[in-house]
Amino acid sequence: MKASKFLMAATLAAMTSVAATSASAKSLTLCWAAWDPANALVELSKDFEKQSGVDMKFEFVPWPNFADRMLNELNSGGKLCDLMIGDSQWIGGAAENGQYLKLNDFFKANGISMSDFIPATVTGYAEWPKNTPNYWALPAYADVVGWTYRKDWFSRPELMAEFKKKYGYDLGVPKDLAQLKDIGTFFQGREIDGKKVYGAAIYTERGSEGITMGVTNALYNYGFKYENPKKPYDMKGFVNSDGAVKGLEYYKALYDSSTPPGSSDWYMSANIDAYKSGQVAMQMNFAFIWPGVNADPNVGGDRSGYFANPPGPGGHFAQLGGQGISVVANTKDKDSALAYIKWFAQPKIQARWTEMGGASAMRAVVEDPGFPTAQPYNKAFLNSMAIVKDFWAEPAYASLLLSMQKRVHNYVIAGQGTAKEALDGLVKDWIEVFEDEGKL
Amino acid sequence: MSGKAVDGIAKMPPPDIARKVKGLSDRAIAWIFIAPTIFLLLAINIFPLIWTIRLSFTNFRANRFNAEVKWIGLRNYERILSDPDIWQTMQATAHFLFWTLFFQVLIGFALAYLINKKFKGNDLWTTLIVLPMMLSPAVVGNFWTFLYQPQIGLFNYVVGFFSGVDPSSFSMIGSVNLAPWAIVIVDTWMWTPFVMLICLAGLRSIPDTIYEAAECDRASKWRQFWTITIPMVLPFLMLAVLFRGIENFKMFDLVVQLTGGGPGSITELTSINLKREAFEKWRTGYASAYAVILFVTIFGLASIYVKALNKVKER
Repeated sequence: MKASKFLMAATLAAMTSVAATSASAKSLTLCWAAWDPANALVELSKDFEKQSGVDMKFEFVPWPNFADRMLNELNSGGKLCDLMIGDSQWIGGAAENGQYLKLNDFFKANGISMSDFIPATVTGYAEWPKNTPNYWALPAYADVVGWTYRKDWFSRPELMAEFKKKYGYDLGVPKDLAQLKDIGTFFQGREIDGKKVYGAAIYTERGSEGITMGVTNALYNYGFKYENPKKPYDMKGFVNSDGAVKGLEYYKALYDSSTPPGSSDWYMSANIDAYKSGQVAMQMNFAFIWPGVNADPNVGGDRSGYFANPPGPGGHFAQLGGQGISVVANTKDKDSALAYIKWFAQPKIQARWTEMGGASAMRAVVEDPGFPTAQPYNKAFLNSMAIVKDFWAEPAYASLLLSMQKRVHNYVIAGQGTAKEALDGLVKDWIEVFEDEGKL
Repeated sequence: MSGKAVDGIAKMPPPDIARKVKGLSDRAIAWIFIAPTIFLLLAINIFPLIWTIRLSFTNFRANRFNAEVKWIGLRNYERILSDPDIWQTMQATAHFLFWTLFFQVLIGFALAYLINKKFKGNDLWTTLIVLPMMLSPAVVGNFWTFLYQPQIGLFNYVVGFFSGVDPSSFSMIGSVNLAPWAIVIVDTWMWTPFVMLICLAGLRSIPDTIYEAAECDRASKWRQFWTITIPMVLPFLMLAVLFRGIENFKMFDLVVQLTGGGPGSITELTSINLKREAFEKWRTGYASAYAVILFVTIFGLASIYVKALNKVKER
């Protein structure tokens, strides 16, 4: 009898202590992609944990599965994530489907001003509808597609002389897309230090968003526009304009003339591998890779240079990457989640974020006089961020993206049909999507 | 305790159960036993099927619970059946299905025939041959992308070595002409052992006395093969084709890892296309109609095939 009473008392005490522990220990789960900046954020967040007493947990998913996994989480009303650093294109769907909290009142109450951030990142990562002061995220990671090149190869006298003789201008950072292709072709199949090398690693991936994130860098600069600036969702003659057709033909020509064999399904990591292994003279990639390239023992330091996506005959743009941080509507601890955003928005934290391997979108950080020279790639980053353009951020962005992946891959990689047919088909697909959405 | 006493205890039901069961008919007891299974079948098979059919007539999107769900009749079916892109995926699936079955039956039967002969190391070879099918399809897809790499891949090197072609001059998964064959090769490599095992079971079920009788009748080896071996293995072979056919109609993971459906949409099989419609575009109603069409196709073809199989067995 005594023993059973003791057992009951012990059980009760244990249950009380568990309940007390769970009541006092707050925790937040932050969801993002699994990549180097995420590791930097884990380190940075220790400061928040120390200040707030909130335990930070992280759910990181590799890029190829990131959208699938996290959009399923949002769409199914899951409670895994309290904070989400989601892709810029998700903002429309997440806002309209009530998956993110609107942050306007919170920003106002806490003195967080969107004018403190790079305007393009506010539009790209935080606003829905676009160009309206409705904020669903705080710009968290500024990113953009840019180029890395082998500075050491570019500066070899024999190659410089041969290039000049062949093309009539100096081998160096390309001034436009035509020169970029010339350089790619020049290096294609060339033997350097006893090894066969190729011109450029570009985005060609089919399964998620790869080729779209690549081809837009050519399309934008040849005159492609998503819609009539004066009439929303009017796409005929803008998506498939003569300039856009030329842009798509350019990307195919670049793929055919300058890329390594077998690069028909390459995205971020494949391009990094090709570049770091000395296989290519140039690589297209998001700017997040630049710190890693700079630190690489084989291609880092003075051996590599960085430049913004070159202009074309129709303009000068680069594909926006990056993400904003949002509070998931299903969070179990809204106050702590908002406290994290407030902490993250502080200028000193943003400065540390950049130092640790993140990429702040705060103007105080990137407009600091020392920033352009602090790292060899910072100037290219600033030049690139000044010319960004993003893909649709509509709630139906996934349908729009999949159609583009299919049409563009069919033409550029599979060589089926013409560029005009591919873009006409894309217009047809996109019209169908917007009709389904009730927007046309 | 005596043996009889033990038997008596074993035959007597425990008093509680006996009291409870008393008064229930055999039929009622049978229902009690099968009810959980029937409930599970209804819950996880029949109900979702009926629900899918219902959704296929709507514009429902699973990521927009607040949106109005409209009844749109046969519109989803019309759109699917008149979409040339869907027909292209059907064509890609048919190509994949036909050639994988063809090669797996041919090579699987040949391997089974060889393994059936008694020779030294027979067991070791059998183990080695069945290894590929023990691997995960995602792993197989992933490492074949390396084997197919034009610059460092073993496959291109071997082809180059025997044909004299420059290994980096062709890309198995990047070429429109070669990619459909690239996925056929990998699936054949992985699943031929399965067909081989089934054929081996068939070959080993043929009594030696039949061959001995044929020898007495002076039937040639060739004649024995065509009149004894093939007819007696045929039901097994047809069963293997049925299993592999159903599996390959649903093929997803291996091809996604290998090609992602590319280049373009050349290797986009119906299941890949369906997954994109259902869980990337979130067109749930449309994807439901698509799934119903695929279900009817597989079910219809499998039913015809099973009838043929039964006829072969009866012969």
